[in-house]
Amino acid sequence: MATTTSDIQDEIDAHGHGAHDDHHHGPAKGLMRWVKTTNHKDIGTLYLWFAFTMLLVGGAMAMVIRAELFQPGLQFVEPQFFNQMTTLHGLIMVFGAIMPAFVGLANWQIPLMIGAKDMALPRMNNWSFWILPFAGSMLLSTLFMEGGGPAFGWTFYAPLSTTFAPASTDFFIFAVHMLGFSSIMGAINVIATIMNMRAPDMKLMDMPLFVWTWLITAFLLIAAMPVLAGAVTMMLTDRNFGTSFFDAAGGGDPVMFQHIFWFFGHPEVYIMILPAFGIVSQIIPTFARKPLFGYSSMVYATASIALLSFVVWAHHMFLTGMPIAGQMYFMYATIMISVPTGVKVFNWVTTMWRGSLTFETPMKWAVAFVILFTIGGFSGLMLGVAPVDIQYHDTYFVVAHFHYVLVSGALFSIIAAVFYWLPKWCGRMYNEKLATIHFWWAIISVNILFFPQHFLGLAGMPRRIPDYSTQFADFNMISSIGGFAFGASFLLLTYIIVTAIRSGEKIEEDRVWESAKGLEWTVATPAPYHTFDEPPKKAQILSESSHIGEH
Amino acid sequence: MSQAPRQKVSRSFWIKLGLVPIGMFAFAFALVPLYSVLCDVTGLNGKTNGVSFDPVTEYEVDQNRKVKVDFLAATAAGFPVKFYPKIKNMEVIPGKMYTIKYIAENRSDTVITGQAVPSIAPGVAAQFFKKIECFCFTKQTFQPKDPMEMPVSFIVEPALDKSIANITLSYNFFRIKDAEKVKSSEHTAAKSVQPKSITVTKG
Ligand code: HEM
Ligand SMILES: [Cu+2]
Repeated sequence: MATTTSDIQDEIDAHGHGAHDDHHHGPAKGLMRWVKTTNHKDIGTLYLWFAFTMLLVGGAMAMVIRAELFQPGLQFVEPQFFNQMTTLHGLIMVFGAIMPAFVGLANWQIPLMIGAKDMALPRMNNWSFWILPFAGSMLLSTLFMEGGGPAFGWTFYAPLSTTFAPASTDFFIFAVHMLGFSSIMGAINVIATIMNMRAPDMKLMDMPLFVWTWLITAFLLIAAMPVLAGAVTMMLTDRNFGTSFFDAAGGGDPVMFQHIFWFFGHPEVYIMILPAFGIVSQIIPTFARKPLFGYSSMVYATASIALLSFVVWAHHMFLTGMPIAGQMYFMYATIMISVPTGVKVFNWVTTMWRGSLTFETPMKWAVAFVILFTIGGFSGLMLGVAPVDIQYHDTYFVVAHFHYVLVSGALFSIIAAVFYWLPKWCGRMYNEKLATIHFWWAIISVNILFFPQHFLGLAGMPRRIPDYSTQFADFNMISSIGGFAFGASFLLLTYIIVTAIRSGEKIEEDRVWESAKGLEWTVATPAPYHTFDEPPKKAQILSESSHIGEH
Repeated sequence: MSQAPRQKVSRSFWIKLGLVPIGMFAFAFALVPLYSVLCDVTGLNGKTNGVSFDPVTEYEVDQNRKVKVDFLAATAAGFPVKFYPKIKNMEVIPGKMYTIKYIAENRSDTVITGQAVPSIAPGVAAQFFKKIECFCFTKQTFQPKDPMEMPVSFIVEPALDKSIANITLSYNFFRIKDAEKVKSSEHTAAKSVQPKSITVTKG
């Protein structure tokens, strides 16, 4: 911690003195640029490419899962391998794709949106990123170890993950430790940046919503990730050092594992959705050509969702033999979260109401987010009702629920963000026509993929099973077809993004989207390597605010 | 320049921020005792007291009220003791004391030390199920091939909610490793006399 201030001082010196020194203006050349970089834009780019790679890896695993489930019976893989696929698919998507993608967006956008030069701790930033490829490879390497990779589900319940787990589990534990470390460092950096580095004239309530939601997410991260680290540490000592936190034989309790896990796990799902709320709140006003409706209610709603997320964890555990009073409490607390969530949806819809709407690609994704995320919210509400969860728990209904909120929620918001800000980052435009084709392709296929899973779940098909009885055959086949189509849509997405970066039409205007508001649109296009050597002034901050704040 | 003071992050800010994750890491471990205490107090996970209950008050006994109590027995993996209740269940009148017996027979050739962990279902009944005497209060040592009768005396308190008509008392026996090291070395002579007979235990 002692190096902190000098770290920043280095950065300030480098920029301050180098005003006319080419050396400090552009990025270094070659591979070492990326290894040693402390530039928030470089690190953001690294995060985003890492997340994209992991998305494709995790997606490939999903294709294995859907291929096996195409028909009843065992066709392609052994049940043990199938379970490794569901486990690693979940872990890779959560910790490798969604979370790093949001951190990448934070790195690129937060300094630009608050008029800061860089993140508060540029060197720690470099570390938080470079831990990730090692953690990710370690996690994936478990697949090739003797006894196979972890096969106990992404929730790794004890004693399946302690007494009955393969030897590779210790590597899984180490990988989770590293991922957690990276997230915590990233979150500390975000908090320090927002609290200390923003333009002196920008008050908290002047901040764009993406910044606000990330600030709150970062607090969730530093509060929740250490609990996960604690849980895997207990697993580690249970497995190797003779403790019995989760082993009834030594006086421990496996149900306690679930409490600790979900104490992390539920805040974690909000870690994956709050930044998405922020992104959508940036995009919708731009293409509705209206200020965001209810800015401050958005801030308060985000904060209350974050606080509530710590007191509802046992809605994942209605079937562990909780007393009625416990079930009632967790049921009502869970349902209460839909109030602030509803406020948000209401505000987005109201922002669009009577706006001069146009549907450029980012807006298409944002609108799709609002509709599809709301479907996921509704199924969540159903699951939150304790008596009905007895039927839905551990069925495909739960799978449908969290894929609506995570794929058509979190992931779609990330895609929206990339289409929205990519032109600013690279100074080049993507192909609108191809992007539109891709959009409809993805939207239709994702619904063919996940909507039938609601019916499968209601009919009682259990999750995490490679085989099923024949009455589930039709819906599974439909779902798999949707799955393959959705998977293929990412090839087109890759093509669109890569061609946009390499040979997209050049953009001259700083503002890219005619009615976009925000400080990020005041810097040159493409965004120069160093921005905001001088912090923006109050007047500019106010005129760039996309909301009617209380100034 | 004007932003200079803001662009520095003070040391105390870093320390405060760093303390949050450290504190939450510690909190994860604090959840363990918290969980146990909460469960002991409320009996939420069916854990019942591991100490003898001393019935100081006379209960008002309602002769017409009956509660069925089921007795279960289980052994953990690697615990070669045949362990079962003498009777499968009984009807009890809340407020009266009953005594039943569990049988345990060591099917291996070595001395085994174990600890039985009791559990009550439903969990809310746990605090009304009082054990006056129980083999689960202490460690038990089993000599090879020597069946033992182990009594349990209990009272179901009349305060038990009327809606509960059925309680299950179950025990799970676990091996205690440390205690055995000493004991088994004392009994090494007896060890090789008979072949292993763990697998013959019938259901
Ligand atoms: C309206 C708000 C929401 C409510 C009321 C809600 C409720 C629930 C409930 C009750 C369950 C447990 C179902 C069961 O296992 O039986 C669940 C599971 C889950 N939810 Fe939500 N949810 C909401 C929003 C979200 C959001 C925004 C996300 C993530 C972005 C999310 C991600 C998940 C995940 C990943 C699981 C499954 C965990 C597992 O693998 O078992 N939920 N939800
Ligand atoms: Cu939850």
